[in-house]
Amino acid sequence: MKPAPFSYHRATSVEDAVAALTQGGGMARILAGGQSLVPMLNLRLAPLDTVVDIGRVESLKQAQEDAASVRYGSLITHAAFEDKRVPDGSNGLMSFVGGQIAYRAVRNRGTIGGAIALADPAADWLTTLVALEAKLVVAGPGNRRTVAAADFVVGSYLTDLAENEMIEAIVVPRRAPTERWGHYKVARKTGEYAESMAIALIDKARGTARVVVGATDGAPLVLDRAGRAFLDGQRDAALHAVIRDELMASGRQFSAARLTMHTTVAMRGLKDAAAK
Amino acid sequence: MKVTISLTVNGERVQRDVEPRTSLADFLREELRLTATHLGCEHGVCGACTVMIDGAPARACIALAVALDGSEIRTVEGFASDAAMTTIKEAFHQEHGLQCGFCTPGMLISARDLIARHPDVDEAGIRTAMSGNLCRCTGYQGIVRSIKSAARQLSSAQGKQP
Repeated sequence: MKPAPFSYHRATSVEDAVAALTQGGGMARILAGGQSLVPMLNLRLAPLDTVVDIGRVESLKQAQEDAASVRYGSLITHAAFEDKRVPDGSNGLMSFVGGQIAYRAVRNRGTIGGAIALADPAADWLTTLVALEAKLVVAGPGNRRTVAAADFVVGSYLTDLAENEMIEAIVVPRRAPTERWGHYKVARKTGEYAESMAIALIDKARGTARVVVGATDGAPLVLDRAGRAFLDGQRDAALHAVIRDELMASGRQFSAARLTMHTTVAMRGLKDAAAK
Repeated sequence: MKVTISLTVNGERVQRDVEPRTSLADFLREELRLTATHLGCEHGVCGACTVMIDGAPARACIALAVALDGSEIRTVEGFASDAAMTTIKEAFHQEHGLQCGFCTPGMLISARDLIARHPDVDEAGIRTAMSGNLCRCTGYQGIVRSIKSAARQLSSAQGKQP
């Protein structure tokens, strides 16, 4: 199918983009890499009057690093992470995840900011950035604010963004060099959206363990009890039971099959990290 | 309202007025009559419309022409005299890499990019990297064989150069 007609605004700066969003009054949407928005336009699933193209705003393509964190402009592509063209503070996790998203032709254009702004629960970056305790820099009319990735996603395709706000950058704190990451994803086909995914971060030297399950029916779930149980030395059936209970207590309505899948995926994510 | 854009397509500068909703694929096919770029799913899944945008493969069906003002586009027509592409095309011929041919332009663009980035790619790597290009004749065995053969030929040709 072809999109319905819309008008087009090529933003010259973040401020200009925000002004165009404000003027659009809820019927303007940001075009970043377009790898989700344009399919939705083609299928006529995204009602809008105006596309605000931020692709020419060079500052959004830059990455900066300091001792504590790396700040990624929202327009940095998945392929740039995959190819290690940007600094890394995640012990290689972000490069790995970037290379797992969809297909190379999509990764060349799809952006980290666009993926987060859409907040598809199955999007790889969502779970990854929650696991990495990233913060998002959100630009609105006349102000900037910072929000934790974990608080940004409210539900499936639902975020904390106001109609006239956009993601300007993603700030990822440097992980300890002693930390190891684990990843597990269930997808029916290579490059397809995940049915379930988990990221685990284990630091034996510092005694920390963090496990996040994504591709659920909403925001990624941080399994605090599972992390503590892992540190307490629980493994196999005992750990499995803790994860299962924690998922059941999350308030989400998981079918028996989904519950088993997410539990297994979390276990495998932890195992992957523990083995490294 | 139409917007004037100018692009370099297969080395030639073109300037046209486009509706913002026009995809690059429709622009190439309808405006420039470059019909080797095929449209399958029109939502970025099948890979038939894969072309090079500024040196990297991308889906032409989910790229808006208006947003690509100033970009350099290369379609499979633009690779007519490209040595690597000629080797890949010949391998597709020899190894039965195409049946109906609908997916072939996208397959060729993706395969060329894959071999350029990973000259030593193995079969598993080919299967993973080509997973974004669908062949509804299900001719994957032949396609994988073709790419393997082309990669081998191209890397041994590279090795011979001083």
